[in-house]
Amino acid sequence: MSELLIEPSPHIRANTSTRKIMLNVLIALLPSVAAGTYIFGLRSLVLVVLCAAFCVIFEMLYNIITKRPQTIYDLSAVVTGVLLGMNLPPSFPVYMAAIGCFAAIVVVKQFFGGIGQNFANPAITARIVLMLSFGKYMTAWTVPFPFGKTAADAVSSATPLASPETMPSYLDMFLGNRAGCIGEVCIAALLLGGLYLIIRGIIDPLTPLCFIGTVALCAFLSGHDVLMQIMSGGLVLGAFFMATDYATTPITRLGKVIFAVGCGLITSLIRFFGIYPEGVSFSILIMNILVPLIDRYVRPTPFGTRKKEAAK
Amino acid sequence: MRTNSIRLPHFNRAAEIRSSEIKLPAKVIISMSQHGGVPCKPTVSVGDEVKTGQIIGDSDAVMSAPIHSSVTGKVTGTTEIMNIFGRIHEALIIETVPNQVMSEDIEPPVIDSREALIAAVKKSGSVGLGGAGFPTHIKLSYDPSETRVDTLIVNGAECEPYITSDYRTFMEDGERVIEGMLLLMKYLDIPVGAIGIEADKPAAIRKMSVLAKPYKNITVYSLPSRYPQGAEKILVRNITGRTIGKGQFPVSVGCLVLNCSTVAFIGNYVKTGIPLIKRRITVDGSIVNKPRNLIVPIGTPAGDVMAAADIRVQPDRAYMGGPMMGQTFYDPETPVMKFTNAMIMFADTKEYTQTACIRCGRCVNACSMGLVPTDIEHAFDKKDIEWLKALHVELCMNCGACSYVCPAKRNISEKNQLAKLFLRENTSKK
Repeated sequence: MSELLIEPSPHIRANTSTRKIMLNVLIALLPSVAAGTYIFGLRSLVLVVLCAAFCVIFEMLYNIITKRPQTIYDLSAVVTGVLLGMNLPPSFPVYMAAIGCFAAIVVVKQFFGGIGQNFANPAITARIVLMLSFGKYMTAWTVPFPFGKTAADAVSSATPLASPETMPSYLDMFLGNRAGCIGEVCIAALLLGGLYLIIRGIIDPLTPLCFIGTVALCAFLSGHDVLMQIMSGGLVLGAFFMATDYATTPITRLGKVIFAVGCGLITSLIRFFGIYPEGVSFSILIMNILVPLIDRYVRPTPFGTRKKEAAK
Repeated sequence: MRTNSIRLPHFNRAAEIRSSEIKLPAKVIISMSQHGGVPCKPTVSVGDEVKTGQIIGDSDAVMSAPIHSSVTGKVTGTTEIMNIFGRIHEALIIETVPNQVMSEDIEPPVIDSREALIAAVKKSGSVGLGGAGFPTHIKLSYDPSETRVDTLIVNGAECEPYITSDYRTFMEDGERVIEGMLLLMKYLDIPVGAIGIEADKPAAIRKMSVLAKPYKNITVYSLPSRYPQGAEKILVRNITGRTIGKGQFPVSVGCLVLNCSTVAFIGNYVKTGIPLIKRRITVDGSIVNKPRNLIVPIGTPAGDVMAAADIRVQPDRAYMGGPMMGQTFYDPETPVMKFTNAMIMFADTKEYTQTACIRCGRCVNACSMGLVPTDIEHAFDKKDIEWLKALHVELCMNCGACSYVCPAKRNISEKNQLAKLFLRENTSKK
């Protein structure tokens, strides 16, 4: 008789892991990165890949310096890097991107305890840090050149949300033939990736539906162009890939709905009344902060107990 | 409202394999704690010769069931065995003789009243054969003047992977199940009978529907094949729509829930008088070439069961019960208990490394009891009694669904059990 292993039940586990989840997110982001590369040129791809590399390096160094177990293999740093890269304009300077990656991985994620412990979405917070620090570069939009003229003609252009008179057509918006951040312009690619995550059971479709739905409803009620509002800015990117981040959103389904509706409301308020043309990042960050509160009051009712007993 | 559940692979390779008797083991090891409740004291001593079906352990306590010798042989010694609740109990070692004879005490019981039925069930040594091992007569001994039980639910959900012993009970002893039900319903004055079977066992549903057809008050329910369908509270909810409150039992909502193999045993006992000395177990696992359903004497050592199974290589992990709630053992002398429904063996086991919780919420969506397992883990790590109370950790039935779905491979359900124990110890002191 060989030696027998003793372990607590259950003795079988689902075929899933943190790394597999992150890998699925990366697969879902691929179409958007590819679209961004096609639309804005190879530099976009280089920027996204560099961001991912910076994030992994920062996480690795942090773990080495603080003598913690190495966590880069769970691929979460890669996801953060790719998401941050997708949130940058194609011409964004590399050293500034590196600063953003430092903010995302070291300040927002590792200082709070690493994966699962951070209260704010690293990529979103880093985007806001870069926006406030390097506002000029963060809004230096490149004209999409495969549809326009040549790479040499790549010049700055205003974001559609900032100047309504230069609005592209719905089809251009959907396909990504417009100025914007690398990963946010091609709605078709984002929807493809989002659909993949929903089918693989990685994200709850309620979050993007409620987020986008709330913005659409607010736009409709305030007389804005609903389709244009949905496809503008980082809404689709944010709703499918940032507002669905596990660590920084509520744990229950009802909590997720409240979170997403809150994001939609704040996005609409900033867009329609604020001084910034875009509100997705701020809305997600603000709602991130409210997550512990939502999780405290929105809990499932334990079997056979009355509702009021369940609250803590 | 529907309760949360998870989808599990079935691995029920043994389903269509007819049960066969195991070769008589050289010795059996019979624990004096074969059930939840008070353990028995041996009524025989070392050196005594015992016959099959003879009482060898008994207790005056109400929460107990007598233990019978499963073989004919000689008591050669005592040993100690850990039961599923982690407590160490005395066990008798009986070496078998080739000439197996039935005890003269065995005779079919005379049942003419509720009391006679309960006494007979107690005498039979019956415990819950589905895995919990709760003494059956205790379940039947509710006070009919205070509690009105209107539904007898026969639990044939068998929701854990691999295990097919309850399925085989329906297929081979379906008539006994109906007879047992009719007897219980008659003397306990229960008007309605229900048999719950998961939808992935259509042959059992068909067979039991045919057998139940003459009886208008017995219905066969096809239940969704989702885990944990066979959990008492979930079964009662899905069949009757009633919710068993926290700290309550099925009789609180008018239901008596018994495992189908237990009912079949009772049906057989009233005819033959043969007490609970044998049971059907499924033997399967990744290293088992030919999965089997074996009828084994209670107390058969695991080593003999392994020898009866056609295994490719030596296992590195083996457990009694299903893969979700079963208990691993390290000693091939570990005997089959009354409540053991399967023995599963594996080799080349992956050992999982736990990583940080990523707050994905899969455990929350998996918990049929509506708990937040990841919070329970945090509360236990902090030893926060008030928080644990507020989280209703006592509701956890250790079904293992949270650990199963966890991508960080955290042993959440294990933590829940530790948390329950911690809470019990710290609240009983005060």
